Amino acid sequence: MLNKNSLILLVLAVALILIGLVMPYWFSFLVTVALGKGLVVLGLVILMRAGLVSFGQGLYYCAGAYAVGAFSHFVETDNVILLLAVAMLAGLVISSVVGLLLSRYRDIFFAMFSMAFSMILYGVLVKSAELGSSDGFNVTSPSLFGFAPEVNGGSILSYWVAIILAFVFGAIIWRYFKSPMGVAGEAIRENEIRVEYLGVSVQKVIYIKYIMAAVLASTGGAITAMTVGHIDPEMAYWTTSGEFVFIALMAGTGHVAAPLLGAVIFELLRSFAFQVSPYTWQMILGITLLAIIIFLPKGLWSLKDKLMKGAKS
Amino acid sequence: MLKTISKIAVCGALALGTVVSAANAADNYKLGLVTFLSGGAAGPFGVPAKNGADMIIDAINAGTLPAPYNKVGMNGVKIDPVYVDEAGGATKQVSEYRNLVERQGVNAVVGYISSGDCLAVPGVAEEMKKVTVLFDCGTPRVFEEADYKYVFRTASTTTMDSVAAVRYISEKVKGLKSVSGINQNYSFGQDSWNDFSKSLEQLNAGVTVSTTQFPKIYAGQYGAEVSALMVNPSEVIHSSFWGGDMEAFLLQGSARGLFDDQQVLLTCGETALYKFTDNFPEGTIVGGRGPNGIFAPKSDFNDWFQKEFKARFGTEPTYPVYHMVQAILGLKLATEKAAAAEGEIPTDEAVASAFEYLEYDTPAGKVVMANGNGHQAIQEMVFGQVSKVDGELVMKEVVRYPASCVNPPNGVKAEDWIASGFEGAVCN
Repeated sequence: MLNKNSLILLVLAVALILIGLVMPYWFSFLVTVALGKGLVVLGLVILMRAGLVSFGQGLYYCAGAYAVGAFSHFVETDNVILLLAVAMLAGLVISSVVGLLLSRYRDIFFAMFSMAFSMILYGVLVKSAELGSSDGFNVTSPSLFGFAPEVNGGSILSYWVAIILAFVFGAIIWRYFKSPMGVAGEAIRENEIRVEYLGVSVQKVIYIKYIMAAVLASTGGAITAMTVGHIDPEMAYWTTSGEFVFIALMAGTGHVAAPLLGAVIFELLRSFAFQVSPYTWQMILGITLLAIIIFLPKGLWSLKDKLMKGAKS
Repeated sequence: MLKTISKIAVCGALALGTVVSAANAADNYKLGLVTFLSGGAAGPFGVPAKNGADMIIDAINAGTLPAPYNKVGMNGVKIDPVYVDEAGGATKQVSEYRNLVERQGVNAVVGYISSGDCLAVPGVAEEMKKVTVLFDCGTPRVFEEADYKYVFRTASTTTMDSVAAVRYISEKVKGLKSVSGINQNYSFGQDSWNDFSKSLEQLNAGVTVSTTQFPKIYAGQYGAEVSALMVNPSEVIHSSFWGGDMEAFLLQGSARGLFDDQQVLLTCGETALYKFTDNFPEGTIVGGRGPNGIFAPKSDFNDWFQKEFKARFGTEPTYPVYHMVQAILGLKLATEKAAAAEGEIPTDEAVASAFEYLEYDTPAGKVVMANGNGHQAIQEMVFGQVSKVDGELVMKEVVRYPASCVNPPNGVKAEDWIASGFEGAVCN
């Protein structure tokens, strides 16, 4: 029933879930936060494949996190499934409205408009004292109907949820990229008019891609909120969205696994840069990105093709 | 893909190795220090605090401090500081906190200037059962919204600044009929103004508010706000500005004569007072978030501290320096109180219970861990007015408010305390 590839993926997912039991806690935490970001970047990659760069994914990242925060606070639930559903719904509702406008714009206009919308959310949150203004507020840690296993001094549930979601969404998007709708993205990037002449509504394709990216981003925000236990408007600030673009450029858009792995590598890099040189960690990140742009213009994922070619010849 | 995974596994294994080796090496007391080393808050707060930590740790390791701080290091064990940049927001800081504790194996963490970080970190600190001292952030929400066992704050909340400011202007500004405010549009600015205006309603109900301005943080240009303050004049302009924003506001306001007939009150003014003296208009009301710097009570400890800091860094210590030093001193006392024998590092649990309700002397006078069930410090609060005598900075009209006069009693929320008309305040 399962083909070879999906079997390998399934084994890998189970292995990662089990490894979580013996991992040092800081590492599983780092991976969880990274996968949360990775999902946002995965959404960004969907848009980038269609030639659109969004500088506003922070809008949905933050909306997802605040949906979790507000819902757990006011409804007093810590059910992880419910919280995730609420976050995804928030992303879906907001993006289906905002997307109507944004799907008509391209290039720099799309980038700027998307950023503007995320900054509106930032401004509104900073103004609302009930939600803690710029300080934000704390979120209770999640449980699955009261089940929240503790391993190495911390709850491992968020890590498991992040791994499962990364694999599920990764598989869905992988299928999507192979579907006509998915491939239409590249066609739109290359020649939009021609796609229209083929009888495909470009605006509709982009609208759907935008909503998918938003749902992924709000899921990522929900994972971050549940793991970190604190949310603040900084999540909607344009520098947060810029970080997602940074990871996407670093990782490359070649494969669905690229943004997820790229996010983990980015978090590891940043974390060790912090530790090794507290004064110049920004420089280490900057030099790494420059080096990747110069030597691997298609991102870290292109390294895989290069290595494979090298092995064959 | 498998290759990358194996690479990550190697990284993880290496890191695990460092954790294990760090846990074995107990010949040093590793102290995690988190403060802004980059960004807008590094200049006025982060780097001075880091300098203060460097200086006091050197003195502690040399054993040259007066009693009761005269033991070498932490109970005989030399302190080895580990610095982390506070930049990057609460998510990153929670992540870095875990790394400090697990990867670097620190014995305790002292840090956090941003209130957002101070709200986010205690949750993890409790989970990891690691003694953590918040040194500078001001939001009263930390110990109002939750009870913590391992988390302490050795500086007072910002409530004290606003309450004392209102008491000061009610007492010292003649013919006070109206006030106006200019504060940064983020939690600290909003809370400062909120506490200030609410306290004013309680203490001096007849005073009106002429205008409130909330420019963006790090805006740097205050043309429109200065105009608004000039066309809506008042006796006192309240501002919780800090860093570059405060300096820019003073320069731009002075150039247009804003401060000619309106007195400005800067709750965080002390951070720029010494290097920026000439730009402070005569009569500016300045606070230093506690009895710090020029407001510190006279003592041999403080004289030594000021002299030593100036000799080493070429500038007077400002309030973040005092806050950092009192956090490290409190941690040292609690650790030594909890330890049974010389050279032993007590458990986090023992240190935490020894820290509760601790009272100790610092260069900034007495620190009493009276609030938040023994986890939140209260201090006295001082306001004064800038005056220059032969170009030298002198503070005139200095008023000291005892801690019990400007801080809520234990267990009472700051907001409720102000709304109740400061129930239980003892001011003598």
